[in-house]
Amino acid sequence: MCSYIVEKAKLVGSAKGANGWMRIDTANVYYDHPFHAQLDHALGIDFVNESEGGRERVAVELSADSARQLVEKILAALASGEAEHGKARRQMEPV
Amino acid sequence: MTYESMLAETVAFTGHKGDIGEAYYARPLGAGPWPGVVLIHHMPGWDEWIKEATRKLAYHGFATISPHLYFREGPGSPDDVGARVRAAGGVADAQVMGDVQGSMAFLRAQPYANGKAGVIGFCSGGRHAYLAACSLPDVDAVVDCWGGNVIVDDRKQINEKRPVAPIDLTEKMNCPLLGLFGNDDENPNRDQVDRTEAILKKLGKRYEFHRYDGAGHAFFNAARVAYRPEQALDGWNKVFDFFHKHLAVQAVARAA
Repeated sequence: MCSYIVEKAKLVGSAKGANGWMRIDTANVYYDHPFHAQLDHALGIDFVNESEGGRERVAVELSADSARQLVEKILAALASGEAEHGKARRQMEPV
Repeated sequence: MTYESMLAETVAFTGHKGDIGEAYYARPLGAGPWPGVVLIHHMPGWDEWIKEATRKLAYHGFATISPHLYFREGPGSPDDVGARVRAAGGVADAQVMGDVQGSMAFLRAQPYANGKAGVIGFCSGGRHAYLAACSLPDVDAVVDCWGGNVIVDDRKQINEKRPVAPIDLTEKMNCPLLGLFGNDDENPNRDQVDRTEAILKKLGKRYEFHRYDGAGHAFFNAARVAYRPEQALDGWNKVFDFFHKHLAVQAVARAA
């Protein structure tokens, strides 16, 4: 397909790449021919720090199905994790 | 015994606005004269397969240069540099045309050149090749390998970097065109290839299109799952035949 269509997500966080940990502020998300994954098309995500020029990236290439499953798992992990941590916070609060 | 030899190396070329960039250049050794070809890389970048394709053309008798269209992004692995270019919305058409023109000048300046220069492009480079056929002077033959967005159905794709749909420039095409396409491709899809051919035919342009069943996008690329050896073998032979036909110096001209 070879398009230039990129969805940009603003982020707060860190990622670990070839040179160790780095702060990231953007995820460039696209669906196109992958560079490494042996798939016809793949969902690519490049985690970068655009405020520092975006020269280094942490990249993944996922099949469409696995990308959708990942989205569900991220939401599930957030839901259960926030519920647990919310419970822990409530238990720590003074009566 | 027939002696065969080739030289493949990185060279400097003068591109758009006089920028000095790097290119991969492969040529048969010997006095020549050799026809020249500019090979425009695909969107993933100036990678191993592109260099392999450059050597393949040299093996078949063409001094072939593949300019690194992303050289302005600085050093890095092809995939990382390509990712930065993608995030920036790609390279501007005008810049690519300047780099292709500079690459043709490099070819014609060599002492063993026969003066002819063709252009071949893959994927986004196929679109660039079509643009070159319509907008650059002195191109002798062009091969478009599955260039997407020659026809732009989604007008949101028209922007400052790519201000014109190449199909709208077809009237200006002034060299023969070879197009190779996989029938399973989505960009360009069958309908877009048919519409492109209809316009070429209507305008009386010299062209030949070949469509391959059982193949999609990038079916020449042996490094990808898209590789289709049978269709690729036939397609490469069509490329060689086309360039040999249109880039050879005619006997009359040579005698003169």
